[in-house]
Order: sequence, then structure tokens, then C-alpha cells
Amino acid sequence: MALLNSNLDVKSDAFLRNRADMMEMLDTLNALQAEAAEGGGEESIARLRARGKMTIRDRISWVLDPDTPFLEVSPIAAWRSPFNVGSGFVVGVGVISGVECVILGHDPSVRAGAFNQFNSKKLMRGLEIARLNRMPYVQFVESAGADLRGESGEDPEAAIQREGDHFAESGRLFYEITELSKMRIPTISVVFGASTAGGAYQPGMSDYNIFIRKQSKVFLGGPPLVKMATGEDADEESLGGADMHCTVSGLGDYLAEDEMDGIRLCREVVSHLNWRKQGPGPSLPADDPVHDPEDLLGIVAKDLKAPFDMREVIARVVDGSRFEEFKPLYGPTLVCGWASVHGFPVGILGNNGALFSESSEKAAQFIQLCNQIDVPLVFLHNITGYIVGTDFEQRGITKNGSKMINAVSNSTVPHVTVIVGASYGAGNYGMSGRAFGPRFVFIWPTAKIAVMGPKQMAGVMSIVQRAAAMRRGIAFDEEADAKRAAVAEHWAEERSKGLYATSRVSDDGMIDPRQTRDVIGIALSACHNAPVAGTKEFGTWRM
Amino acid sequence: MADVSIKPITRLLVANRGEIARRIMRTARDMGMATVAIYADGDARAPFVLEADTAIALNGRSSKDTYLDIEKVLAACRRTGADAVHPGYGFLSENARFANAVIEAGITWVGPSPDAIAAMGDKLSAKRLMQKAKVPTLPAQELKPGDNAAAAADRIGYPVLIKASAGGGGRGMRIVSHARDLDNAIAGARREAESSFGDDTVFIERYLAVSRHIEVQILGDRHGNLVHCFERECSIQRRHQKIIEEAPSPVMTAELRARMGDAAVAAGRAIGYASAGTVEFLVDGSDFWFLEVNTRLQVEHPVTEAITGLDLVREQLRVAEGEPLGYTQADLSITGHAIEARLYAEDPGNEFLPAPGRVAVWAPSTAAPARFDSGVESGSDVSVEFDPMLAKVIVHAPTRREAAARLARVLETTRIHGLTTNRDFLVATLRTPQFVSGDTTTDFIERVNPPRRRMISSTALHEALIAIVVESQALRRGAALVLKTLPSGWRNSVMPPQRVRFMHRDEEISVSYQRTFSGIFEVRIEDAQYAVRPHVAGVGRVEIDVDGKRVSAWVDSAADHWCVTGVDGAISVVELPRFVPPGAKEFQGGMIAPMPGKVVETFVAAGDAVAKGQLLVILEAMKMEHRITAPIDGVVEAIKVVAGEQVANGQVLIEIRKADS
Repeated sequence: MALLNSNLDVKSDAFLRNRADMMEMLDTLNALQAEAAEGGGEESIARLRARGKMTIRDRISWVLDPDTPFLEVSPIAAWRSPFNVGSGFVVGVGVISGVECVILGHDPSVRAGAFNQFNSKKLMRGLEIARLNRMPYVQFVESAGADLRGESGEDPEAAIQREGDHFAESGRLFYEITELSKMRIPTISVVFGASTAGGAYQPGMSDYNIFIRKQSKVFLGGPPLVKMATGEDADEESLGGADMHCTVSGLGDYLAEDEMDGIRLCREVVSHLNWRKQGPGPSLPADDPVHDPEDLLGIVAKDLKAPFDMREVIARVVDGSRFEEFKPLYGPTLVCGWASVHGFPVGILGNNGALFSESSEKAAQFIQLCNQIDVPLVFLHNITGYIVGTDFEQRGITKNGSKMINAVSNSTVPHVTVIVGASYGAGNYGMSGRAFGPRFVFIWPTAKIAVMGPKQMAGVMSIVQRAAAMRRGIAFDEEADAKRAAVAEHWAEERSKGLYATSRVSDDGMIDPRQTRDVIGIALSACHNAPVAGTKEFGTWRM
Repeated sequence: MADVSIKPITRLLVANRGEIARRIMRTARDMGMATVAIYADGDARAPFVLEADTAIALNGRSSKDTYLDIEKVLAACRRTGADAVHPGYGFLSENARFANAVIEAGITWVGPSPDAIAAMGDKLSAKRLMQKAKVPTLPAQELKPGDNAAAAADRIGYPVLIKASAGGGGRGMRIVSHARDLDNAIAGARREAESSFGDDTVFIERYLAVSRHIEVQILGDRHGNLVHCFERECSIQRRHQKIIEEAPSPVMTAELRARMGDAAVAAGRAIGYASAGTVEFLVDGSDFWFLEVNTRLQVEHPVTEAITGLDLVREQLRVAEGEPLGYTQADLSITGHAIEARLYAEDPGNEFLPAPGRVAVWAPSTAAPARFDSGVESGSDVSVEFDPMLAKVIVHAPTRREAAARLARVLETTRIHGLTTNRDFLVATLRTPQFVSGDTTTDFIERVNPPRRRMISSTALHEALIAIVVESQALRRGAALVLKTLPSGWRNSVMPPQRVRFMHRDEEISVSYQRTFSGIFEVRIEDAQYAVRPHVAGVGRVEIDVDGKRVSAWVDSAADHWCVTGVDGAISVVELPRFVPPGAKEFQGGMIAPMPGKVVETFVAAGDAVAKGQLLVILEAMKMEHRITAPIDGVVEAIKVVAGEQVANGQVLIEIRKADS
């Protein structure tokens, strides 16, 4: 396989400026991660420790095999929301007793592990990762229930008008836990604290339950509810204590003496699962790239306006910087080719400009080839979209783009997506964006995701409104339009930012560009817990 | 002497084990002989058995049932067609009956005549023989049951030494300074003498508290030639066993050497000595007194070999074949200075109690030239049945000072892992100013009291712990089944660092570390923080930069025990488990048997208040009496054993409750 050459000038002004900008963005990212790691703050953590309890990060770090990697998913969710950065919840992929597992749980230091829309989304995402990749599911349960804070202080009428969801849609979590079990994916609950009301079904639906003496509390209704419902005076221990469940009700399978013991038992349970990954490999040499991944900091410009060669990224991500390019002379705005990451063979699709008919068809062909040979796909986004214009429409850009989207949608090999730069419009879809079911999606701090560029969006709105005014024959207020456009552009810009996307859990996390190779490697290894099998079945090709 | 025909040895059976069996076989092989080993059950996979051309199982565990069983050894000779027997030292080496039986079976006996052995075997009759040969002796008297020991002691004058008549190696030996301790000491000496030598005869002798133990190597042939190969000084002893020996003696003068050499040769002539032997003396100033003749190869013979250039085993074999020595006293001279240290699996911090176990790692130092006569390799077991000596380490240098320095360094940089040894103690002893200046007397250890274990600076300890965590993470990464090629402890968010706890001596130490982006490990130990760049790790050796200082060390592990051997010597720590299953918590407050043995006597009863250091139990194990003392002030909760009971290693003997709890 050919070695990729690099033409990157690491002494150029552009590189150094890009690098400085990226470092600044990384400072922000690191600060937010540090904030997330602080959980509910020092005082809250001290209170927890005084009761012999640990933070979720401590619990997870002890359950993991020493020195093994842990890929946290959406670590800075809920940034710019009323909730704590990180949403008081940790979900990730880690190794327990030699088995890659999805591990998740509430942080008891953050509002006693209350649910909110962000950590609910993270929990559901954790279940999805377990399901799609056939990974054992380990949940550390401790939750006070719903966090009502988001609603407090708001006009109830306004809240009702704003809300788009309803209790009737809730509870999917319990469905999905038992669905995993049905799929022969083991589910393990370690109950560290309260798991009450609906929450009781978290252990209820699990294959293995580890309860902690004097700590776990699992019941459908707590003492006050029991009193209200039946008049019975119940104490928490006999109503739902660990001892009771492990000796009387049988809801608990293992009784742990304390948190460390619960974690020990969890590791023992995983060690007996007889877990065998159903995917192959890694099967190829996993040597470091020849070109320095450190250079990844200076490739992408902050404003995304300066084009860059995605091969410079590929050269710093793939094993030994080896890359066999497919159709290099055809449809050059999409780079396609084969490589390996941490020993796993991959087909890579990377944008080098807008998608044209040729590059779209090349993508569709390449995706089919990878499905034919069971090779996972890696998508590297820097896409402003499919090319627009009369000439291109007449030459079938929509039709050919549809082929690419058909191929991406129906492809059954694992997809791992990294949004390096722009990811606009249907380009996001064609490059296996979040809605197209890639197994994992990560974004660089430079990433921007939106239906279109903020300036374009503001401009489009302005044109549409100017046309409407003209239709109605009224004067168009240029000044108001300019103001409106500026505001629209500002908010479109804010919403398109990678930080916003990642905090909404619309990806699996923002990553340091230098970690791209490792992130993809961990993601691929996770994917290989499930069989890696391509398909020859696609939607009808629009010819 | 009579005409002696040459009877070449073709197949030599070594009636011994461990390092000396290996050492004898090495020379035998060089001389073109086939070698035969014999072995007890526990030695079936020992290096000396593996290295022999053939070996015969003696089917038994104890010395008595194996290496001391004359019939079994003779049967092994018959079965293998061995035409010579070398007895080594200890075991049957000074057993005249065995020597006779060998000779009667038509097999060459590598050693002095049975008569010579018998004459020297009984220490009292040996003394009388020496007195006749005008060799100075110390006043002594045999103690028969019913004898008035107190009167004998008074006549000889305190302090006195109670010795097993048939003994050696410090067994059955007691020093008594006061009349009130006499009866106990005699009883103890008799018990040990009986169990070690099958003969409880003891005698009482003047004890010279401050003297030097200097012995002269003699070498005779069957043609009437007898030379001495100068002296060895073996004053550094613990429990009456030599641990550091040297040649020549630092206090020897040409005049004294000549006198002692003459005395030794006279002693040899008196018994018609025709092999390698040793005449032991106590020396005080320019006076010396005969102690005993050892009619065998000595443990410490290599120092003589070093300074004379002779191979004493070769000389023994040649003499046994009937060859004349072929040189005279005038041909022998001393070159340089040699020192030997005996490495034992024992605990200097606990009265030098044997500390048997498995040798996880044994790798002689390559720091400087040294001779290693070892009985073990990595994976060998040091059993409770036999002497726990691991190896003798011998250096030969132009001067005594250089030899001592080199030996200390060689010991310090030898990799030994898996058991407790006297290594640090030996190193400390070799480096005391008193040793370096040659101030070596038999009371050296009591008088100079070298540290039983060495001081370990926090820097050295921290570097060792860093080496361990770097090595252990590399080993774990290398053994990973998934995500093997990912960097160690990879994180994409802020997570707690890797944490591991160690016990070093009695101190628990927490280490946390995290690999950063650049491959640097940030290591925190207590309040100290280090930036560590690994260059080599995961191969049993680490090369790391700790804040820019290069640290190179061997890192050996056996289960949860780690041993780091680097520039500052070896540091051993125990890694504490991450998780302790309930019920697995260590039993507290129980005095446990340090090794299998027999309870001789218990000295306390349930309910007794005991003070730290108070004697609780005497346990007999490995032919020695071991005192189990109270580690804390407390109250005896329960006595779990009775006198005479056999106990297993780790068995609880006595439970003690802490005084204040």
C-alpha cells in the first residue's frame, strides 16, 4: 500500500494561525471537560465521600481494567443549558475483565443523579451503542428521578406550549434493556443508591443485579407513597434494601458489602460472560502514522473557508500513513480509499470540496465495494453540500447524490464518522451524518453542522423576504433586513458550532484532533463486537 | 607411604545436593568423568539434578531419609555403576561408617581415610590427639548425663560454650555467660544435637568472646605429601554459622602464618591425612588454639582456590585416584585477596530465621567479575528440609579493600526475587568501616551490629515504584486482548488517574499515574509528582527518564510481589489488591508459624499479659530452634498448639489481643 505524502508546510503562517486557533478551542473544550468532571462540586463530592460513596467517574475508573482505554461519549453534553456540563451522567466504552462494554451511570454528586433531557438522551445513546455493536451493557444505577428544575420558574402555560413530549412516550429505556437481553447481549446493573418508582425497572429488566448493603434502595413506591396508597408504615430497608432484595424478594443476585465490593462483583460477572467478539481482527499492522498527528492541529482553518487536502488528515490517522486511493483521477472532490486504523481495515471517504455527480457516483460505488468485502467505512467530513446550479441539476446532481445517500443508508458495514470541518445540508446525510445511523460520530472543535452556512442562510432569508415584499408591493426595509440578517446569522452561527452540536448529544463527542486515530480505533474495535457483514441489498438505484 | 597405583575415576556419584553438588560436578566434568546425582523428593527438579549425567531418586523428603541414608546412597552407586563417591560437605561427608562402606564396596572414596574421619569426628578425642601433636587447645570437658556441669563450667571459667560433640555448622551450640542459664543451654544443645546428628553428647569449652576464627586448608596425598594452602578467616558469623569468609586473613603475619601452617600440617600428619581438610583455630593476637579438624571440603573453599589458583575439588579427585600432589609447600603462594559471602534465604530482621520459598528470579550480577557457586536458578524452591543457602559469591581482587567493595556491589546488583534474603545485611556488613579495616572478630555482628536491612531513601523508593508502575502497565498493555495497540490508560475526557497501592516494609504507599498526550506519565507518589518518559518497559527491565534523570532497573514480579534492582540495589514491595473480597481480610493478632516445624515449648497461657518481644513459643524447624515472640504488648487470647505438635507453615500458634483494644 502506498505511503501518503504530505505537502503540509508546518512553518507557514496559515498553519501556525490555524494551530493557535485550534489550541484556543481545545482550551475551551478542556475547561468544559474539567467542569464536567467536577460533577456537583467539591462540597457535594465531599458529602458523598463521607458516606463511603464515590463519584461516577471514580466508580467507572475502578471497574475498568487498569491501563485500558475509556472512550467517553458526549462528555460535555448540556453545555449552555440549565443543567451541569456533562449532564451529571457518564457514558462510555471501556474494558471490564477483558470485555469491551458500554458503561454508564448517573453522577450522584450532581443533583443526586436526577434525570434530565440531556442525560436521558445519553442513556438512550448508551443503550443504542450496546445494541448496534453487541456490547455488554453495564449500568451504575443511582437516581433521584426526574429533575424538575428545568421547568421551575417558567410560566406553566408557556411551558405547556413549549413542550413537545409527553409521559406517554417515556419508558423506552426499560424496553431497550430487555431488548438487549433478548438479543443475547448481557445487561448488568450495579445499584449504588436509589432506584425507585420507574427507576426500579432499571435493575428489574437487567440480567444481573448487584446490590450494595445499606445503600441500594429499590422499590416502586417509597415510604411516603406507600403510606398514601395503602396506609402502611414502611421503612426503606425492608421495603427495598439490598439485604431484603438479595435474601427475600430475589430481585438482587449479588450482595456487595460496599461500593468497591459491588464493582468487584461487577467485574466478576463480566468475567464469566464467556464473551466472544463476533467481528474479526484487528488483522493488519497497527503502526503509528509516519506523519505526525500533532500537525492535525494546524490543518483546518477556524472559519473553514480555506480549503485543505483531506489526505493530510488521513496521513495522520491511518496505520503507517498507508493509503490505497480508489479512483484518484475521477470525482476528485471526494477522496476514497483503503487503509487500516489500529489494525482494522477500513474504507475511507473524505471530502475535498463539494459533492458533484462524479464524486457522488464514486462514493456509491466505493460504499458498495466495501460492503462486498465486509470492510467498515470511515467518513471524514468537510462538506459544504452537493453542488447546486442549473447545469449540475440538469446533469443529475440530485439523482446522483441520491445514489450516494442510498448506498450510505443501506450499507451494513459499520460506519464511523468524524466531522473535521463543515458538514452542511445533504452533504451531512450523504457522508453518513448522525441521522444515517453511523455506529459512532465524533467532531473536531472546528466542526460546523447546519442545513447551510450561517451567512448563506441569512442571505437566503433576506432574498426570500425581499421577494415577498416585492410581491406584495411593499417597500423593503433594508436597514431592518440587515439587522434581522445579522441576528439570524449570529444565531445560525451559534447553532452551527461544534460545541452546540456536541452539547445537544447530536454526536458522540468533540475530540482533540490528535486523538482522531485512537478514537476511530476504539470505535472500530467496539463495532467488531458485532459481526461485520456488508450487504448487496440497496434501495433501487435511480439511474 | 605404600605404593599407590592410579585408579582413574570414570563415574563420580556426588552424595550431596545444591551448590556443592553442582560445583563438584563441574570439576568432574572438566576431568572427563561422568556425573551421578542423588536426590530427595523436593530436589527432583533442582539444577544439580538436571545438570548431572544421571540421577537416582532417594525417595524421601527429609535428610535422614535421603542424603543421610547410607544404604540408599550405596544402592545408587551400584545402580549407576559409579566408581567413586564425593560426599561434598555436611550430610555423610564426615561419617566414617559411610566412608568405610564405600571403600568396602570397591568404590573410590573422595576424602580422607575412615580412620582420620573417626579420629576427628569426636571433638573431644580430636582435642586429645592435638594435644599430643603439641597443637594448643582450649580447656574443655565432656558432659555426660548426671555430670556436674556447674562445677565443670566453674573450672573452665565463664563464658563457656556448650557444643555438640558430633556437631558442626553451629547446631547444638550455646554460649553461656551465667551459671543460671547453664542447664537450659545444655538441654537445648542436647535436643539440637540429637535431632541433627543423632547423638546428644555435648561438651563444655572455654568461650573466647573476642577472637578470630582462622582456619588452615591442608591438602595431603596418599604418597605422604602434605601441604597447607594458607589460611581463611571466617570470623563473621551469625548463629555460629559463617557468612563472610576471606583469604588471606587481614591480621596474618608471615610468622603467625608459618606457625599456624606448621600446626595444621602437624595435625594432618598426626592422623595421616590424605585429602583436602581444614584445621580450625581461634586466634587472639598471636595466640591460637585448635578448635577442630574438618575432614572434608569446606563451604568456603573457593577463597583458597582464588588466592592459590588451585581447584581443590580437582586436587581431591586426583588424590583419590592415587596421584601425588606434584608440588611442595614452596610452590604455593598467595595472589591477591578473596572474599566470599553466603547468600541465604533468611530474614536478618527476624533473628536470621530461614525464609524458604520459591526463587522467582535468580540472575547473578554482571556488574563486575565474580564467582557464583549457586544451587538455585529462577524457579527453584528453597525447601524447609535443607539448608537455605542460595549461593556463595566470591570475588578475587588485588587488594582486600577492592575485593570487599566489589563483592558488596556484586551482591547489591544481583537479581534475587521471591524470597527474603540476607543480601542487604551482607552488603551492609561488607561496607562497615570495621570490616573494611579488617577488624573482624567472632563477635563482629553483635559488636558492630550492621543494619539488618539497609536504609532506602524516598527518592530510591519512589524511583522503584515508578519503575514498577511503568513496567506493570506495559505488561498489562502487552497482554491485552482488546484495544491492545491503544496508548496506556487512554482517555478522551477527565477521569481519575490509575491508582495502585503498595506495601513497602510496613508502610502503605499510594501511587497514581496518568499517561499524557505526549507519552509522558505523570506519576504522583504521596505529595511528590514526577514526569516520567518510558524508553523501555514491559520486558522485565525499564529504562525511564524521571524528571530528566535516567533510571535503569530490572523489574521482577512474582504474583503481587515486585522487586526492582537498580543503581541503589534491590527494593521489594508488595502490590496491594485493587479489590479485597469480603472474608479474605488478613487475620490480625495471630502469631503464626514461620515455617513447618515442631512446637518445643509454649511459655505463656491464655489470659497472660505479654510485653512486646516476650518469648511465647519455641519452634523447632530446619534443625534449629526458633523463638516466636510477641510483636506487641497485649493479652494472650488463646494458645492454639501444645508442645510436641507438628505445625504447618502459617498455622496460628497463639492469638494475642492488643493491650489497648
